[in-house]
Amino acid sequence: MKPSTLKQILLITDGCSNRGEDPAAVAALAYAQHITVNVIGILEEGHAEHSVSLEEVENIAKAGGGVSQLIYKQALTETVQMVTKQAMTQTIEGVVNQELKQILGPGNTLDDLPPDKRGDVLEVVEDISETANLEVLILVDTSASMHHKLQVVKEALIDLSISMNARLGNNKFAIFGFPGKREAAVKVMDWTERLENVSSVFPKLATGGVTPTGPALREALHEFSRQTLGKRSANDGMTEYEEFGS
Amino acid sequence: MKNSAAEIRTGIRLSGKWHHGDYPLIRKLGSGAIGSVYLTERNGIHAALKISDKRTSMTMEVKVLQSLKKVQGYFLGPCLFDTDDYVSPSGQLYTFYVMEYIQGSRLDTYIKAKGPEWLPVLLLGLLDDLDHLHRSGWIFGDLKLDNLVVSEKPARLRWVDVGGTTQLGRAIKEYTEFYDRGHWGMGSRKAEPSYDLFALAMTALEILNGGRFAKGETPKNSIKKALHGAGKLRPLLEKALTGKYTDSIGMKQDLVKLLMKKKSPTPVSPPSRMTKSNRRKTGLGESIVLSVYAIICYVIYLLQ
Repeated sequence: MKPSTLKQILLITDGCSNRGEDPAAVAALAYAQHITVNVIGILEEGHAEHSVSLEEVENIAKAGGGVSQLIYKQALTETVQMVTKQAMTQTIEGVVNQELKQILGPGNTLDDLPPDKRGDVLEVVEDISETANLEVLILVDTSASMHHKLQVVKEALIDLSISMNARLGNNKFAIFGFPGKREAAVKVMDWTERLENVSSVFPKLATGGVTPTGPALREALHEFSRQTLGKRSANDGMTEYEEFGS
Repeated sequence: MKNSAAEIRTGIRLSGKWHHGDYPLIRKLGSGAIGSVYLTERNGIHAALKISDKRTSMTMEVKVLQSLKKVQGYFLGPCLFDTDDYVSPSGQLYTFYVMEYIQGSRLDTYIKAKGPEWLPVLLLGLLDDLDHLHRSGWIFGDLKLDNLVVSEKPARLRWVDVGGTTQLGRAIKEYTEFYDRGHWGMGSRKAEPSYDLFALAMTALEILNGGRFAKGETPKNSIKKALHGAGKLRPLLEKALTGKYTDSIGMKQDLVKLLMKKKSPTPVSPPSRMTKSNRRKTGLGESIVLSVYAIICYVIYLLQ
């Protein structure tokens, strides 16, 4: 099997979108291009009313074919990993289910197989998620209320890098912050295999401003297409990676 | 797990979708990230039933249990009886499997009741099991106090949950921060024997320290501090924590050496017992001399 690449956007925010287009619409656009959108909403401790809404977080992830979680900041480290891994499995299972339907006819999803047969199929799913290449663009909300949470975000991302780099497949991570000074989102860390250097970029994340979640997601989406174009020209028109579902 | 708290609970009966087994949920034994474990009954014998809506993880756990069965003549982990699906009245699909119910006490409770000399002895047996597991291509992964049970006759440390068991060379599937070397910045999360040995050493440290300790500003220093309370096991645990052992056998050999050395003249048995056994045979004067000697020994022991 050719090496495959799974593409994800991980949105970490503590507020509702209040500027620009509907983030769920942009997430749907991303999903159509085989980029999964995951969302983690961070709740404020000791507040009965939260500025981040479960509905928005769920809507974006659902439209983006990904996973969403609403949590307090202490749970961020485990959640970042759980969401990333779960979305990988979900994407691969989706592809496998489609293949099953094509081979065995409709009504033959994983749920319709007895447990022992299902095991063999899921072993393939696990093999792929262990060996597939993964590209995650992390989109961090840097509005004022996120200021005291950035330290936790940093630790969670370093931990994510430790977990993902233990896999057999390759990983690439990039970090974008939003809002930027003029743009909706700015690149604060270029594509890298290791997130350990994240400490040096986090002070750069200026905090303040509105929450243009939709436009920021669009910026992330552009980054992926820029990257793919770059890869294509570098390989003289040949794509090195086979993308899932394409 | 959505709705599971209400739908899956003690008192209900589960019937399997494929094999039609019928299992009463007698009592909840525990729950974790993947699912919940209940005490059940199968052919009149107690068994453990794990149920979850996380299909992929559950199916892989079954695969692990099946392949452990193949390691000949040796029971690594609980024996697997049945695996099936359950469709709840609301239509939600769950996966469950039924396995051997390993009865016993928690390791920390056992050590408290029976004495600290049991810790290295039980670790010895576990190192043997780990060696078998590693040789058959698996790393336990989520090794921790909660996943270990001391079964009696003979006293043996057994693991009860294989949820973290990972193929050699891959990324550890499930772990608990305190026992995870990645969390302490002392190694990767790649499945290799030294990963399990780190977790094993942390389990021992947890018991010797009477609980877990925090990571702090400099994780390595926090571990060093905890090692001060490890007594005779300190050099062994230190080697395991710094990844000096590449397999369980190396650690086992060191532990055996350490245990054999213990027979040296320094008296470590509690002084009170010593005086009691001597009082019967000897005169009053002698027993007073012995008591004084014992008290001095005890003071020296405390000062150390």
